[in-house]
Amino acid sequence: MSITPIDRLEFIRITAAATSVRKDTKSGVSVAPSASVTRALALRVNGEAVRLDVDTRVTLLDALREQLQLFGTKKGCDHGQCGACTVHVNGRRVLSCLTLAVMHDDDDIITVEGLERNGVLHPVQEAFIERDAFQCGYCTAGQIMSAAALLNESCGPSDDDVREQMSGNLCRCGAYPNIVAAIQSARGRA
Amino acid sequence: MHPFSYEKVTNEHEALERARLGNATFVAGGTTLVDLMKLNVEVPTALVDINGLPLNQIEDRSDGSIRIGALVRNGDLAHDSRIQSRYRVLSEAILAGASAQLRNMATTGGNLMQRTRCYYFRDPVYPCNKRQPGAGCAAMDGYNRIHAILGASDTCIATHPSDMAVALVALDASVHIRAANGERVVPITEFHLLPGDTPDRETVIRPGELITYVTLPSGPFGPRSAYVKLRDRASYEFALASAAVALQLEGTTVRSARVALGGVATKPWRALEAEQVLTGAAANKATFLNAADAALTGAVPRRHNAYKIELAKRAVVRALADALTH
Repeated sequence: MSITPIDRLEFIRITAAATSVRKDTKSGVSVAPSASVTRALALRVNGEAVRLDVDTRVTLLDALREQLQLFGTKKGCDHGQCGACTVHVNGRRVLSCLTLAVMHDDDDIITVEGLERNGVLHPVQEAFIERDAFQCGYCTAGQIMSAAALLNESCGPSDDDVREQMSGNLCRCGAYPNIVAAIQSARGRA
Repeated sequence: MHPFSYEKVTNEHEALERARLGNATFVAGGTTLVDLMKLNVEVPTALVDINGLPLNQIEDRSDGSIRIGALVRNGDLAHDSRIQSRYRVLSEAILAGASAQLRNMATTGGNLMQRTRCYYFRDPVYPCNKRQPGAGCAAMDGYNRIHAILGASDTCIATHPSDMAVALVALDASVHIRAANGERVVPITEFHLLPGDTPDRETVIRPGELITYVTLPSGPFGPRSAYVKLRDRASYEFALASAAVALQLEGTTVRSARVALGGVATKPWRALEAEQVLTGAAANKATFLNAADAALTGAVPRRHNAYKIELAKRAVVRALADALTH
């Protein structure tokens, strides 16, 4: 039996587009273009210069996922309560769901896709694999981006210190013990 | 989210000029504002991005005070060595709040302007006098477990969510506010307003005004200060009750003291009654218990939050004990 392989994300994009077209046709009402405000942005994402036109309402998270197709960064709560969307902006970890893309003209953004160097995984990525620091994986990109930033922050040596510094990243599977072990291991080799 | 225009400004004059136009709102960290815009609780038609203003320094001044720029990020403030050694309670309070990511974003000025976490305020389905004056209050007879026992009114029982501001109250900080026609300096205890009949007015900031600095006076407290925060989980959660305290000792006697409460009041709460009990008394547990009782004398609980009276007392006692050993 042969099935034409369709990428899962491609499938979602196609069906989402179809749905939105149908909705527009059905309602017969379109939002006046003048109602939304679009701005041009130039920024660096994972080391590459990127130009984007964004509606001012678009968060950095949605710009990364929907416009740049960088799906590694996850949308969990979309309200700053889970940490799944953590990325680095100018070297610091932030929540991409609570900041507007338009505020990042000229900024340097690193997502989980840009953490490896020349095909070599970041020490935190290596450690997460070695210590089996995830179950479903949904929070993992955020956990890894937070942990990678933590290596350069002031953080005490104990597991409790790591837990406190990582408290902004929730894991509903409860993979915390292995996450902490992975981070401690990565700190040892970084 | 409703459409809005966006402008990034690079100096105070430009910021104040832009703010005069329409329903403009300043944005810095965005952690409260963007969240509430998604919920349609905040609906600005124009955002003025002030991140380009030169207000991100922590400066020593000749009179021994410290001046903190309004754009200094919460994380940077908490980890500043001068703050850690001379204003320990402030560093502890900031680090007790939010997460490392949020502290990298949130600013000093923005922290003072953050809105309540009252569930009914955050959900436009419910009536809320803070969101829509005169609409009524769903929290009053609703699920009010997280709500205020101090400083409430018949129109609003929402708590102020900040940890940082509670420490600033204990440290007698001042807020510098810039308007088109000049600057004014407001003591932190007068910066936030009690809800009274106008719970929609939360601070003395008027439309178009900008917070530029927060200053900390050189206090006599040195390292003897502490912040204790009690909440539903160990980290990354708002306070159910918290206490910021500072002690000046003469031998084993309290010469002067500061006590402020968080999580239990409609604004960052200075507990002058507790300070009076402490002043001149022996620095021991009996005194601390008396001070805690005094701090909560005026508490008025609602159906689900009476537990906060005892919780807040214990936060005060624990914070005083911690400060004593620092």
